[in-house]
Amino acid sequence: MHNVVCIKQVPDSAQIRVHPVTNTIMRQGVPTIINPYDLFALEAALELRDKFGGEITVVTMGPPSAEDSLRKALTFGAERAVLLTDRCFAGADTLATTYALATAIRKIGKDYGQPDLIFTGKQTIDGDTAQVGPGIAKRLQVMQLTYVVKIGALDLTARTIEAERRSEGGVQVLRTRLPCLITMLEATNQIRRGAMADALRAARAPIVKWSAQDAGVEDISKCGLKGSPTVVKRVFAPSARADKATLVEPSEEPAQALIDTIFKHQPKLEADLAALAGNV
Amino acid sequence: MIDEKFDAIVVGAGLAGNAAALTMAKRGVKVLQLERGEYSGSKNVQSAILSADLLEELIPDFRDDAPLERNLVEQRFWMMNDRSHIGLGYRFDAKRPTRYTVIRAHFDKWFSSKVKQAGAAVLCQTTATELARNRRGCVIGVRTDRQDGIIHADVVVLADGANGLLGARAGFRKAPKPDQVALAVKETHILPRKVVEDRLNLKGDGGVVIEAGGVIARGMTGIGFIYANKECISLGVACLLSELQKTGEIPYQLLDSFKRHPSIARLIDGSDVRDYSAHLIPKRGDKPAPRLRRSGWVAVGDAASLDGIVDFDSPSIAMISGRVAAEAVSGLKLRGDLTRAGGLSLYNKMLQMTLRESKKYEDMPGLLHADPQSFSLTYPQLVLKAMKNFTRGTPEADKSILRILPSPWSRTGGEPFRVPRVLR
Ligand SMILES: Cc1cc2nc3c(=O)[nH]c(=O)nc-3n(C[C@H](O)[C@H](O)[C@H](O)COP(=O)(O)OP(=O)(O)OC[C@H]3O[C@@H](n4cnc5c(N)ncnc54)[C@H](O)[C@@H]3O)c2cc1C
Repeated sequence: MHNVVCIKQVPDSAQIRVHPVTNTIMRQGVPTIINPYDLFALEAALELRDKFGGEITVVTMGPPSAEDSLRKALTFGAERAVLLTDRCFAGADTLATTYALATAIRKIGKDYGQPDLIFTGKQTIDGDTAQVGPGIAKRLQVMQLTYVVKIGALDLTARTIEAERRSEGGVQVLRTRLPCLITMLEATNQIRRGAMADALRAARAPIVKWSAQDAGVEDISKCGLKGSPTVVKRVFAPSARADKATLVEPSEEPAQALIDTIFKHQPKLEADLAALAGNV
Repeated sequence: MIDEKFDAIVVGAGLAGNAAALTMAKRGVKVLQLERGEYSGSKNVQSAILSADLLEELIPDFRDDAPLERNLVEQRFWMMNDRSHIGLGYRFDAKRPTRYTVIRAHFDKWFSSKVKQAGAAVLCQTTATELARNRRGCVIGVRTDRQDGIIHADVVVLADGANGLLGARAGFRKAPKPDQVALAVKETHILPRKVVEDRLNLKGDGGVVIEAGGVIARGMTGIGFIYANKECISLGVACLLSELQKTGEIPYQLLDSFKRHPSIARLIDGSDVRDYSAHLIPKRGDKPAPRLRRSGWVAVGDAASLDGIVDFDSPSIAMISGRVAAEAVSGLKLRGDLTRAGGLSLYNKMLQMTLRESKKYEDMPGLLHADPQSFSLTYPQLVLKAMKNFTRGTPEADKSILRILPSPWSRTGGEPFRVPRVLR
C-alpha cells in the first residue's frame, strides 16, 4: 500500500518567548520541530507499512529549511520525502494550504502510485485550526476520519478501513472505504527510533523538491497570501496575573484558617457576606 | 550490521568535530559524523569569540551567511572587589574585523550545514556508545545507540567534548581530576539592541568582551566573563572544580552573586534570562597531555585536553586541532596509508607546528582559556596577565598599553616597558 503523511515544521512552542519590551513573538533562535501531532500520524502509517508492506511518502509545504523535518521523517523510516517550496506559497492560511497540498498529493499519486491512506496530525501547534486535514480530504474528494485514536481492521481487497474516533462523551467505531484521509489524535502511539540503516539513508537521501509549477498548481492566485481570505488582525501576549499564591499554615481548624486567610486578602468579601447573613 | 565502511567517523559535532569533518569531506575523504544532540549546537548555549582568519581558512566566504553577532572592537579587563572594580580597556579600530562573537547554537548549526554541503553524512540524535576494536586493540569503528548500530571506519576522530567519555571508556585517557577542569556556568540575558549598545558603549555591529578576575563571587577566586551579542549579553563565571569542592560553593549561587555585583547588575537590569547552562573546560595546566592518537583513532578539541601540550592558551584550539587532524587523515588517505597503524603520529607533529605558528590568528587568549593558575591570581598578577592578553594580537597594542597604564601600576610588575615581553 502507499500512504502519504503530511507534516509541518513548526517552532517549538515550549521555547517561544514574547519580547519583554516590544511584546512581539521572538522567533529568532527558536528551534523548529515536526509538529508533534504529525508524529502520531507518521507512526500510525509506519505500523501499517510494517504489517501490510508498501511505501510511505511524507510531504510538507514550507520554506527550504523545512528539509530538516523531512530528513527526520526519513530517519524514522519513511521511504520518500517531498518538499513543496515556492515563494508563492508564503503567507497561506488553511484554505490556500489545502489547495497546495491537495495538488501535490495528486501529483504524488501520479508519480509514485495512488495513495490508499493520507495522514495528518489532528492540528498544528502553531495554528491550532484542525482544518487542514479535512480540507485536503474535501478537495481530493476522499473519505475522512478525524480525531482517530486507533486504526482497526484494514481490508485491502474489500478496500475498507475501521478506526476508533474520539468524540464528545465516548469513542465511535467507524468503517469507511479507501482511499481515506485520517487525522490522528495525540498519545495514540509513540514514534519509533529509526534503525542505523534508516538514519544513514536519511542523511544522504535526495529530497524531492517541487515548486508550485512542478507540483502542477494551475491557479497561482489560490496559493499563499493571495489565496488566503483569513487576516490576522493583531497578536498580543496576555498579561501575566499579578496575584501570588498564599500558603495556609496547617492548624487545628483548617477550614477556619482558610476562611480567615481569604477574608484577610478580600476584606470586602467579608463585609458582603456579613451583610448577606444579616438579610437572611 | 551495516556493510558500508567509511574512511573516517567523527564523533561529535562541536567546533572541533565540525572543523575536522568539513576539512576531510572537502578533501574527498568519506566521512560519517555522529552527534548525540538533535542538531549541531542544540546542546550548546554558549557564546564564543572566533578568529576571522581561522574561519576564513575553513570556509572562505563565511561572511556571506554565517550567523555572526558582533565584531570585536574592544576588550576590557576588570579586577573585581566586593562592590567595585578597576578596569582596563583596550579599544581598537579594526578596519577589517579580526574576531567575531557568535552564539554557538546558531553558529554550530550553520557550520554543520557547511559540513553537509561538503559531502559528509551527518547523523544527529545518534550517540556513539563505544569504540569497536579488533583483537589487536585497533579501533575499527563505533557502536551507537541505534539498532544495528555498529559502523566501520579506518579512523575514528574523537571530538566528543570535555567529558570525552568514549576515549575514557576505552582506557585511552583518564577522566580529568577536579583540579584539571574548570566549571563554567553561564546565562544569556535578552535585551533590546539599543540597550546593549548604550550600556556597553557600542555602535553598529561593534562588540566588546569583558573578563573579570579577582573576587568574582562570595570571596571565591575565579574568572567572570561578559560577551556582548546583538540582542543579548551573555555572562558567566568559571572556577576550578577542586576549588568548588573545597569551599562547598554551589555554582549557580556564585553566578547569582556575580550578577548582583553593582558593576554587573547595571548591565543586565531589566533583562529576560534565556538559558542557564554549565560546561566543563579542560585545564591540565602543564601536566602531561593525554595521548592524542593511537592506531585507528585521534582525539581533537576538548576531548584531547590539548591545553596542556603547548604553551598556548587560545580558545580556537578546538577548531585548529580538528582541522589539523583532518589534514593528517586526508594526507594519509591520499597516499593510501589510512589503514596503516601508527600513521597518525603525523598529527602530533603537525599540531605542534601549527600551534607554534598560530599567533597569526590574532587570538584573544583570554583568562578563561589560560592556565589553571590564573583562576586564583593576586591583583598585581591579574594586571600583568591582563596586559599580556592585551599585547597579543595587533602590533600597535604594545604602544597603546603604555598609554593606558597609569604610573602606580608599574610598581606591581616592574618596568612597564618590559612587562609584556618578559611574560611571553
Ligand atoms: C564559558 C566558555 C566560553 C568559551 N569561549 C570560547 C570562545 O570565546 N572561543 C572559542 O573558540 N572557544 C570558547 N570556549 C571553548 C569551546 O567551547 C570549546 O573549546 C569547544 O567547544 C570545544 O569543541 P569540541 O568540539 O571539542 O567540543 P564540544 O563543543 O563540547 O562538542 C562536543 C560534541 O560532541 C557531542 N557528543 C558528545 N559525546 C557524544 C557521543 N558519545 N556521541 C555523539 N556525540 C557526542 C556533543 O553533543 C557535542 O555536540 C569556551 C568555553 C566555555 C565553557
